[in-house]
Amino acid sequence: MTVPQGGAAATPVRAPGGAGPVVDLRAVSKVFAAAGRGAVRPVEALAGIDLAIERGEFVSLIGPSGCGKSTLLRVIGDLTPATTGTVTVNGKAADRARRDRDYGMVFQAPVLFDWRTVQKNVELPLEIIGRPRGEREARAREMLDLVELAEFTGHHPWQLSGGMQQRVAIARALALDPAILLMDEPFGALDEMTRERMNLELLRIWERTGTTVVFVTHSIPEAVFLSTRVVVMSARPGRITDVVPVDLPRSRGVETRELERYFELVTRVRESLRGGEGAAGAPARVRAEGLSA
Amino acid sequence: MERPPAGSPEAGVEVGQVPAIDDIPGDAIPPPALVEAEVALGRDLEAFAPPTPRRARRVRGAWLRPALGFVGIAALLAVAWEGAKWIAGDPWDVRSILGIPVSIIHDPPYRWMPVNDINLPHAWTIVEAFFETDARGETLLQGLLGAALFTFRGAAVGFALGASVGLLLAILLVHVRFLERALLPLLVASQTVPIVAIAPVVVVGLKAGWLSIAIVASYLTFFPVTVAAIRGMRSADPRAYELMRSYAARDRAVLWRLRFPASAPYLFTAFKIAATASVVGAIVGELPSGIRDGLGGTLLTAMQYYSIQPQRLWAAIAVAAGLGIVCFVLVVLAERWALRHYRPTEPGVAA
Repeated sequence: MTVPQGGAAATPVRAPGGAGPVVDLRAVSKVFAAAGRGAVRPVEALAGIDLAIERGEFVSLIGPSGCGKSTLLRVIGDLTPATTGTVTVNGKAADRARRDRDYGMVFQAPVLFDWRTVQKNVELPLEIIGRPRGEREARAREMLDLVELAEFTGHHPWQLSGGMQQRVAIARALALDPAILLMDEPFGALDEMTRERMNLELLRIWERTGTTVVFVTHSIPEAVFLSTRVVVMSARPGRITDVVPVDLPRSRGVETRELERYFELVTRVRESLRGGEGAAGAPARVRAEGLSA
Repeated sequence: MERPPAGSPEAGVEVGQVPAIDDIPGDAIPPPALVEAEVALGRDLEAFAPPTPRRARRVRGAWLRPALGFVGIAALLAVAWEGAKWIAGDPWDVRSILGIPVSIIHDPPYRWMPVNDINLPHAWTIVEAFFETDARGETLLQGLLGAALFTFRGAAVGFALGASVGLLLAILLVHVRFLERALLPLLVASQTVPIVAIAPVVVVGLKAGWLSIAIVASYLTFFPVTVAAIRGMRSADPRAYELMRSYAARDRAVLWRLRFPASAPYLFTAFKIAATASVVGAIVGELPSGIRDGLGGTLLTAMQYYSIQPQRLWAAIAVAAGLGIVCFVLVVLAERWALRHYRPTEPGVAA
């Protein structure tokens, strides 16, 4: 492997977060005003969310469709404001944290710019904060090395497969050495085999960079495999019904998926999801996925 | 962990089922249908696109087929043209075609006015008209090409002016939402006013000259550019804007690094329309100005002599059409260069 030891070593100094959690949510709620005129009622997407995420943690948000897990992620990332409650990131208001570029975002789709090469896509955030060219190029190459795409710097996104594109998106998200990496179902559009490989890669990157990750998924096995904690949510309004600490060995690999404890935790999360949904009826997708695991 | 080699089995099977994007508010993000469609497109392309850039080879010979097709269609039109005259035109008494002595005497069985020799002169008389010389010993073709060049200058300046104005308007309208509602109806109204009515106003107001011609031409060109640019600048994946927001990017950075490049394919579609429209605009702009140097003046003169020398008007029309094609092709070439790094819209299709 060509990855330099400690990929984050030659990076800009991380904003001092001091002690305390990286993300601190207190009594957060989110209500979407009724769209348009008429008798459409406002939608209560999130209610009474309290959550603290420590530095270096890998936290998954899991729940049925429409439970607000993506909204929660977007509230943390200040892409949409919370209606009530406080969102503190790195000891600052979320808005401040965004302006300080404390976030790295990865979406379900890679959202790469077609007209830029892979290298230039990773350089994009560095361009925006006005880093000199030499530094940009070096940093982008370093990040592409980290996601093992060093050979594809000159390609355009549309010449890569879906999994490779998503790896470029991860490299781009890491380019600014963010204090927190927000990932919204990043592997949801990939097939199962690629997905498992990407899971392993993500773990490796996480271990190497030591960044904090908040990861939205609807796959129970994925959540358990990756996380240090799994946050289980229920729908309408979205609330946290359970937090499952994952006490699997920190260094994980293919064999982790065969551990007794892994299965127990998967079952635990599944039951938790079922309990949280109650009689409202669980969306078939989550249930089916849970059973197939 | 192995790096997948280019063209590994990974390509093509990567994107599996696309789950619906949930819990995103409707007002913050446009409907997921767009995003899904894009993902589906990406998947199709993925199955299709080879991992390495495909380049020149295929493009190099690509002009030949369309060129042959164009000549073929032109020939077909000429045959249909002469066929109609053979069936219902004036009696044929042809002694020479393009200098080659022939003898065709034919009395068409029917008579139909639109295809008589005045309305539809023989194709070769039009071609022959190009080489008629005037009092100064200049052939009509030379004169027409000179006129076309004059008109091209007006059209090109008008195009540049109209495209710039159109683009600036679009940038303004995209950033100041309420202006879009307030101004767009006015812009639409501006396009319903016949250009023939606008031209004299501009020409009188600015004095006849090629600048006033360019302004009339720009009047026709700015509108498609504005409409396409607004659409294009909003065409990117909504998450791309969120990405920029997560970098706390300023409006200017979003404009230059996202909106503008994302609108480029839309812009070139508008430029193609605008290029041909600018030729029309330049010709119409010449009419009330009394300028006789361009195709507008030539067409006006030819119209006055139509009943005796209809082939001269047809020759002028042919040159005007040719100028339109040249302008269009110039835009296509520019597009091909400018969008060379963009995702090919339809694999294997040039232009």
